[in-house]
Amino acid sequence: MPLLDRNGAKDDIWARSEGAAIGNISAPIVPWDALPDALNQRAPDQPLGVLIPNNISVEALKEVLPHLALVAISFPAYSDGRGFSLARQLRRHGFTGTLRASGPLIADQFAYALSSGFDEVELPEASAGRQPVAQWLRALEQISHTYQRGYGDGGSNILDQRRAARAAAQVHSQAPAQVPAQVPAQLQAEAS
Amino acid sequence: MYRYDEFDERFVRERVAQFSDQVSRRLDGSLTEDEFKPLRLKNGVYLQLHAYMLRIAVPYGTLNGRQLRQLALIGERFDRGYGHFTTRQNLQFNWPKLRDVPEILGLLADVEMHCIQTSGNCIRNVTADHFAGVAQDEIEDPRPTAELIRQWSSLHPEFSYLPRKFKIAVTGAEADRAVTKAHDIGLRLRRHPHTHEVCYEVSVGGGLGRTPMIGKVVRDYLPKADLLAFLEAIMRVYNLEGRRDNKYKARVKILVHETGTEEFIRRVEEEFAQLDGPSINADPEEVARIAAYFAPPTYEALPAVSRTLDAMKAANPAFARWVEVNTTPHKAPGYTALTISLKPVGEAPGDATSEQMRIVADLAEQFSHDELRVTHAQNLVLPHVRQRDLFTIWQRLGEAKLASANIGLITDIISCPGLDYCALATARSIPIAQAIQHRFASDTRQRDIGELNIKISGCINACGHHHVGHIGILGLEKRGIESYQITLGGDASENAAIGEILGPGLAAEDVPDAIERIVNVYLAERNEGESFLANVRRIGLSPFKAAFQEVVHAAA
Amino acid sequence: MAVAPKRVPLPAILLANDLLDGDVVFASEQSQGALAWTRDPGLALVANDDTAAEQLEAFAVTEFKAQHVVDAYLVDVSIENGVAVPRHYRERMKTLGPSNRPDLGKQAGDGIQAERRG
Repeated sequence: MPLLDRNGAKDDIWARSEGAAIGNISAPIVPWDALPDALNQRAPDQPLGVLIPNNISVEALKEVLPHLALVAISFPAYSDGRGFSLARQLRRHGFTGTLRASGPLIADQFAYALSSGFDEVELPEASAGRQPVAQWLRALEQISHTYQRGYGDGGSNILDQRRAARAAAQVHSQAPAQVPAQVPAQLQAEAS
Repeated sequence: MYRYDEFDERFVRERVAQFSDQVSRRLDGSLTEDEFKPLRLKNGVYLQLHAYMLRIAVPYGTLNGRQLRQLALIGERFDRGYGHFTTRQNLQFNWPKLRDVPEILGLLADVEMHCIQTSGNCIRNVTADHFAGVAQDEIEDPRPTAELIRQWSSLHPEFSYLPRKFKIAVTGAEADRAVTKAHDIGLRLRRHPHTHEVCYEVSVGGGLGRTPMIGKVVRDYLPKADLLAFLEAIMRVYNLEGRRDNKYKARVKILVHETGTEEFIRRVEEEFAQLDGPSINADPEEVARIAAYFAPPTYEALPAVSRTLDAMKAANPAFARWVEVNTTPHKAPGYTALTISLKPVGEAPGDATSEQMRIVADLAEQFSHDELRVTHAQNLVLPHVRQRDLFTIWQRLGEAKLASANIGLITDIISCPGLDYCALATARSIPIAQAIQHRFASDTRQRDIGELNIKISGCINACGHHHVGHIGILGLEKRGIESYQITLGGDASENAAIGEILGPGLAAEDVPDAIERIVNVYLAERNEGESFLANVRRIGLSPFKAAFQEVVHAAA
Repeated sequence: MAVAPKRVPLPAILLANDLLDGDVVFASEQSQGALAWTRDPGLALVANDDTAAEQLEAFAVTEFKAQHVVDAYLVDVSIENGVAVPRHYRERMKTLGPSNRPDLGKQAGDGIQAERRG
């Protein structure tokens, strides 16, 4: 199935396994219910991923997270936003592996997915066929800054930028003959 | 009022471009209708019975003259010369074309307005007390909080695909004029009894609709600085655990009800405890930056009571009546908050023509520090009026058919558009409101009856707030005809209560009779100075049910 | 979205909303039996039998897929004075306009006059 991240389409190094039979797969993604067996069977240096439904609680995942290199969260429909919250919680619990959103998302959700902690999106053929990769990358650029703190890249949200502008204005007001204090310095920095 | 900075400005401009792109992708087949529908809804575009409808956000009901004039222009250029003010303090146009919506959004952005999240399964336009900043019983202005939430909830990455819509209301006064207990989250600013610090009382799980419920208090005193983190915790619990198997059970009120308030609170507090507040909350400087926009205007030093006003009232009884009914005491001496009725007898409640909008915009600029409000009862407010200017304003309003003296009275009816416009409606609402208005058109009679809120919804979704009407009317379909169910004893105030059903549904033509008989019971039974609602509470439903049954029998 | 699987009783007409304008439109018969949309409910093609209804349903599917209309469905009608009138009051509203504003909507000739001139 087509896979993309913030840079565009990418090859999938992972392969889904049927159950816990992962012997022949270099980087397997196992179903949630096969995870305990797969953890027992894996080779010492074999990376392991899991595909989870979006109604698993983070409590149930906490213990296995350190053993996983990838967690794919299933999106049964684009309108079901549970995966965004689950991704946030997994990141908060210190998961640093790959987070994958798997399901019929739409391009307009790409920025939301990345901001919530996902690294990549795996689409069914039908969705990907209608929505070329270029649309996803364009959608990512459409809203340059949003208001929520703590999502996505630190500091790029509007509240933190206002704060930075205030700090810069204070510095400027202490050093005369600089840019007028009310000009938002960070905007100039961005344009360059 | 709040003004956009360069970030806000860029944000709405980018949103306009994004929506235009979404329309293009719908037309070229990239997006299916099922995928596009939630996107257009999140931008306020509905497909109604006869046409598209565009719902424009009026955040917490605050507007200036320039904005209202722009709405008037849009109404003329892209619609049919009128708009409809809604129970969520918004404005909607009934006839726009999808092809014109991007251009309309551009015109809105020119005056710092948008349609973001006026529909869809996301956090909707936040509402507030329409007397914010001027009410005498106010502890703190709710609008800085509402504006902070407006920004925080806009295009939220995590909470834009919720199980169902999510409505937040804020009040800072003792009297609840924002129906906060009927919201998914209701916030009430109040002072802590020991520390005297202003905090939020947070209620969750109120709502009307199919299963009306009064919100449950989940925090008595939330420190103001913790607001966004606490909201994030509530929203996360709801997003993860709210039901998605049944659209009618997907609101947070059902989650609270099914989980139990105690357990729901435990889950929210557990999530909240794990959040890093300082990295989520707005810093005090940002809160102060927003609050500064809502500083009161510079009032003139005036005597508490205007002698000019008194003289005019003495000379003109109709004017005196209007002043008595349509004005509310103001914090500043010599000033008043004036409510302009959009309920002239026989018109659709909440409708205003472009011409009327321009007149109100002029009045706001000239007499109310360029500020006006939209109320959830579908009226407009000039919040900062010198008492001595009232007569001039009254005359100008009269020329525009906007001088009805009926605020809070029986003809000040809340009504959704109903089946005359709405694709979800099961029956018409507007003609019912009109028929009741005609029946009680006499000014003397209305005043004799006193405060009585009638609220009409054209379907179970309850946009007309019928559950909390002193008299509520719900339009349904019964065996292929429109049928109206009457409820009694609802209350939208700080003593929020859900009305009880009086009896079987009535045909449209029998509704005014039924209302009249209910009112007659009150007039016969009331004590000196007792309001309709107080009377219903004291004597109970039985006498009203008996009178109601006479209508049912007469009709049968 | 296109057509409900269970068909309404006949006779029936097909109505929809124009995707770009939002106007209520009705399937009507053009020359040589081809179908096209009209804003005039008086010109709606009445399907009296299954074959005609199937033709309308097929038209609804094609037109929906072609991004011309949304919310297309069959509506059962009775014939009153030679004119097809929806049996249900909700659908009747769609052929008229808001009842509190007789000056607006199809009852006031909105979109219909222009079409006749065109």
